[in-house]
Amino acid sequence: MSALLEATNIHAGYGAIQILWGVDFRVGERETVGLLGRNGMGKTTLLRTLVGLIDAGPGHIRFAGNDVTHASTAARARAGVALVPEGRGIFPNLSVMENLTLAARAGANGLAEWTVERAFDLFPRLAERRRNWGDQLSGGEQQMLSIARALMTNPRLLMLDEATEGLAPLVRDEIWATLRKVAQAGVSIVVVDKNLDDLFGLADRAVVLVKGEVVFDGAAQALRADEASVHRWLGV
Amino acid sequence: MELALIQIFNGVQYGLLIFLAASGLTLVFGILGVINLAHGSFYMLGAYLALTLTSLTGDIFLATLLGAPIAVAFGAAIEFLFVRHLYKRDHLQQVLLTFALILIFNETQRILWGSYPHSVPAPSYLSGSISLTGALSYPVYRLALTGICLALAMAMMFVITRTKIGALIRAGESNREMVELLGFDSRWLYRLVFASGTALAAAAGMLAAPVESVYPGVGERVLIISFVVVVIGGIGSIRGAFLGALAIGIADALGKVFLPGFASMMIYALMAAVLAIRPGGLFGRAA
Repeated sequence: MSALLEATNIHAGYGAIQILWGVDFRVGERETVGLLGRNGMGKTTLLRTLVGLIDAGPGHIRFAGNDVTHASTAARARAGVALVPEGRGIFPNLSVMENLTLAARAGANGLAEWTVERAFDLFPRLAERRRNWGDQLSGGEQQMLSIARALMTNPRLLMLDEATEGLAPLVRDEIWATLRKVAQAGVSIVVVDKNLDDLFGLADRAVVLVKGEVVFDGAAQALRADEASVHRWLGV
Repeated sequence: MELALIQIFNGVQYGLLIFLAASGLTLVFGILGVINLAHGSFYMLGAYLALTLTSLTGDIFLATLLGAPIAVAFGAAIEFLFVRHLYKRDHLQQVLLTFALILIFNETQRILWGSYPHSVPAPSYLSGSISLTGALSYPVYRLALTGICLALAMAMMFVITRTKIGALIRAGESNREMVELLGFDSRWLYRLVFASGTALAAAAGMLAAPVESVYPGVGERVLIISFVVVVIGGIGSIRGAFLGALAIGIADALGKVFLPGFASMMIYALMAAVLAIRPGGLFGRAA
């Protein structure tokens, strides 16, 4: 599988505190990767580094064949990298419709395949609440909006940090079903989530971080079958 | 009663002028997170641009049209040279640098225009007064000024609430990082906001020049009142700045006539009353 995103030797952190120690991370075209690890192991730091919010240190990041190591966050977004951040990042003072239309842009192929109508098809609840302000939505609705908004940028790679954290079971099921549809549409996906069964059900490949280093990078089903390692690395 | 009516007219006109100045300040404070003490200097820049450009063109409105792009360019340059270095710094450093800018601007003004007050003529076609009732008349230029400020205020609120660039500005106020994650370069957004704020303050200074004299430090009182308006309206809220500026303008104008001993405290009493009821301002988020 050809690499859409390839990050090598990532050393990153916050000021004097280093979190990632030489991480290599790759996502293929149309591939879905589950990024796993206990709290504080560097998952969020890695995602933030990949989108350019944190410096990659001596590392290099390539996306769609181009070196984006020193590209701005906005430039990476325009190239097709989208992040649904932990906390969702909904603009509270914009309506649902404004949150979506603000993000709308053609993808790297020049086509706007994800539109407001398609986003509403994916999440009919958002259509009902299109005139509500961002801070009038429930947690689940905010997560739907955050995913739909990321899709409105027509990304080639969609990354989700804590995709279903704090959501009701029915809403979680809706989010996972949506991610399966997005994956079938050809978008590469990286998901961080604590619901391992759902994550293993979606991901082609799994990457496990322990103390800022990659300890496993392989088929998701192989990790799922290795209960001892899952217990040792993930505590479940 | 007629005196009260005149003062309400004056208060609305003054409030709308203050709104133009304060709207830029509230956007810069709310979106860029920068406390810009030099904002009053942009009002002063407008007043002196009006002085020079009116002497060249003979018309304050033509001078304002020519001065606005100069103010935009000036604001963009100040943002690029100084202000952008403040975004990740604390408020003390912002206050120190922008206070230094006030000193530099004041000295530059003295070198270029001198220390004497000047007057800027209202256009001849707007001279004189219009009769409102039998015994009540009001200067035509002040009425025109009120109309222009109101039109600018409406246009600004339309842009902020109804356009994509307005949505982007509101988004930048709540989450700069997310704006970047959606592919927008926040450096340009911030430069645009700062330059627009500069131009709005300068426009207020230019349009006010015929009704005030132009003198060194003319923007300093405007800065203080603009901060009061921002606090009353809620940081970052254009709607709040609009209502706050009108309230301040009317309270100030009525206070001068009916409570002259208390007039200088009126606007601060109003601010204290609003903060006691709504600590985040009329449309701000409570801290």
